[in-house]
Amino acid sequence: MRSAIHVDKLSKKYKIGRGSQTLREHLTSLMVFKNLRNKSQQDTTLWALRDVCLSIQEGETVGIVGRNGAGKSTLLKILSKITYPTSGAVKVSGRVASLLEVGTGFHEELTGRENVFLNGSILGMSKKQVRSQFDTIVEYSGVERFIDTPIKRYSSGMRLRLGFAVAAHLDPDILIVDEVLSVGDAAFQRKCLDTIESLRAKARTILFVSHNLTAVENLCERSIWIDKGKVCMDGKSSAVIREYMGSVRQVKDASTALGGTENRRGNGKIQFTQVELLSPEGIPYKIIRSGDAVVIRLHYCAHEPIAFPCFGFRIYTELETMVTEVGTSLHNIYISRVEPGEGYVDLEIESLNLMAAKYKLTLLLTDMPGHLVYDIIEHAVTFEVEAANLYQSGRSSEGLGIVFFPQKWNLAGMSGQAKYAPSNLKNPSQSLPEPASQVGRTTT
Amino acid sequence: MSETLAIEQGLGARRSASDFWRYRELLVFFAWRDVKVRYRQALLGMAWAVIQPLFNMILFAFLFGRLAHVPSNGIPYPIFSYCALVPWTYFATVLNLGGNCLTGNASLITKVYFPRVLLPAGTALAGLLDFSIASLMLVGMMFYYHVQLSWTMLLAPLAVLYMVLLAMGVSMFLAALNVRYRDIKHVLPFMIQLWMFATPIIYPATMIPRQFRPLLALNPCWGMVDGFRACLLPHQPINFALLGVSMGVAVVLFTGGAYYFHAMEKSFADII
Repeated sequence: MRSAIHVDKLSKKYKIGRGSQTLREHLTSLMVFKNLRNKSQQDTTLWALRDVCLSIQEGETVGIVGRNGAGKSTLLKILSKITYPTSGAVKVSGRVASLLEVGTGFHEELTGRENVFLNGSILGMSKKQVRSQFDTIVEYSGVERFIDTPIKRYSSGMRLRLGFAVAAHLDPDILIVDEVLSVGDAAFQRKCLDTIESLRAKARTILFVSHNLTAVENLCERSIWIDKGKVCMDGKSSAVIREYMGSVRQVKDASTALGGTENRRGNGKIQFTQVELLSPEGIPYKIIRSGDAVVIRLHYCAHEPIAFPCFGFRIYTELETMVTEVGTSLHNIYISRVEPGEGYVDLEIESLNLMAAKYKLTLLLTDMPGHLVYDIIEHAVTFEVEAANLYQSGRSSEGLGIVFFPQKWNLAGMSGQAKYAPSNLKNPSQSLPEPASQVGRTTT
Repeated sequence: MSETLAIEQGLGARRSASDFWRYRELLVFFAWRDVKVRYRQALLGMAWAVIQPLFNMILFAFLFGRLAHVPSNGIPYPIFSYCALVPWTYFATVLNLGGNCLTGNASLITKVYFPRVLLPAGTALAGLLDFSIASLMLVGMMFYYHVQLSWTMLLAPLAVLYMVLLAMGVSMFLAALNVRYRDIKHVLPFMIQLWMFATPIIYPATMIPRQFRPLLALNPCWGMVDGFRACLLPHQPINFALLGVSMGVAVVLFTGGAYYFHAMEKSFADII
């Protein structure tokens, strides 16, 4: 496959500081002594991009993530020919449409109808194209009733919808989208993502910059993490996003040492010393996401030989709802004897089916019947679970409760024509049963 | 449409020319946008297109024609000055609007790609509407003053072309300059005012002493204004050699303005 975008050692430098903004200042600065001028030029340059190399094939959907000020927008601007490199080369094959802002070129005094044509032309559509798709565009935007009113009367939401409606009907070879999802309500963001999905189905090349990492992970097989003008990581989205998220969170290990904590009771003959949250390979997690395989390692220290202890813990939400209680006794594990000294027990969880939120652990160390308390620490550890692409749909999992289950829907029982939305057809590996009657596959 | 585009430190001239053609519809849209906004109320807009040069003409006819008895080459002063005021008003408008067209559209320039030259070109195109309306008035006046038809009137479109190119050349230069040095915007009205007096609009070129005339020839607007007069009015004493110099300067300004604009174009989004 040909490379649609090829970037080779791209660098972009900006001058910071005021410089001479007016002709008068510039002329006077020319008369100042030369050495005074040189001094002021030292730290006035900023390298927005430094030797960036990447290559994107036709038909790929690539996500670009990074903190604010990392250089993502600069890269997009260079690819869109809005600004030019200081050094390095960029090769772009195909027609590019850039969506760096929605509603570019809207003029307040013109009506919605006139702005659709103006905006369409600015984005590179011909008048004929706009005219032929005009009705679809207006319908998509939902502002049909107001299409002949000047847009200075529109609400910000209407403006956004109209602007995006025009952009959604571009049909470029390469689409570059820059954080347009950061504004707009959930319905609007949903529409944005659906449009991008449909372009993906048409095998267009898409570059997608967003801070909505769930959406990025769902739409893009490949992601690039850019930090301080350099490419930090370039590969599979899940891995890149995990690394990126880990760097953004405070690097506090998801392991806590427990010294003498309050909320602690028990005779202390055997005590918890530390809790670690590890990956199945034994590496401490920087961040934990819903559905991850987690090993919870409970370190203890026994001061004397202990017979038949029972290790366990309870998970609570921030609002003190108990989610679950686990313990070795529930598995009928009889630990006959624990020698004095340090050690640990691991609880291996295949899939942490908790939604993104903060949780607290209350640690329990008792004897088998549960009467004798060795060590109970209330809310010993707080850990945070991050959002993940739970149902492979890119939808956010906020407000959907505390837990989720591995699941799939089966629509075989529906009578008549069942309609499948494009996203359902994305994963042929998920075995969807063929419905009773023939489906009109609605791939847009 | 999959041509490979290599983006390096700027776009070459050939690429810019083909882009200009590809975006030609946008040029019309920009002009249409300016016109639509100004002519929101159609009658008021049209009236304003006429009032400006007309009012100037009335004022000058009274002050200079009547009071100061400025000579007017053997034709009534009102039409003498109005004939020059019509292209001058176009020139001044395009300069004023065009000088600010880049900074005024800063949000477009930083967010979307299109050949930036479409902005000053759009202003030049939009100005033609006002010019056309003022010209109708001029035609009316020519009938009123019984100006004879002459074959030179066929050259009028050339004079118009000259006017457009001159206005575009200077406004491209000023627009690009304004992006870099914001005080140009403040200098502009003053500069245009001075320029008007340096151009033989209210007075005939013959009023200038002979030794200073070559200096006057360096003013490209002279070629524009006297060119119009030469086309439309009879028996104008035109020094064609000096007029040629003036036109030559205009050509230089146009190419220089276009070149400067193109050279600065790649940095617009960075410094605007």
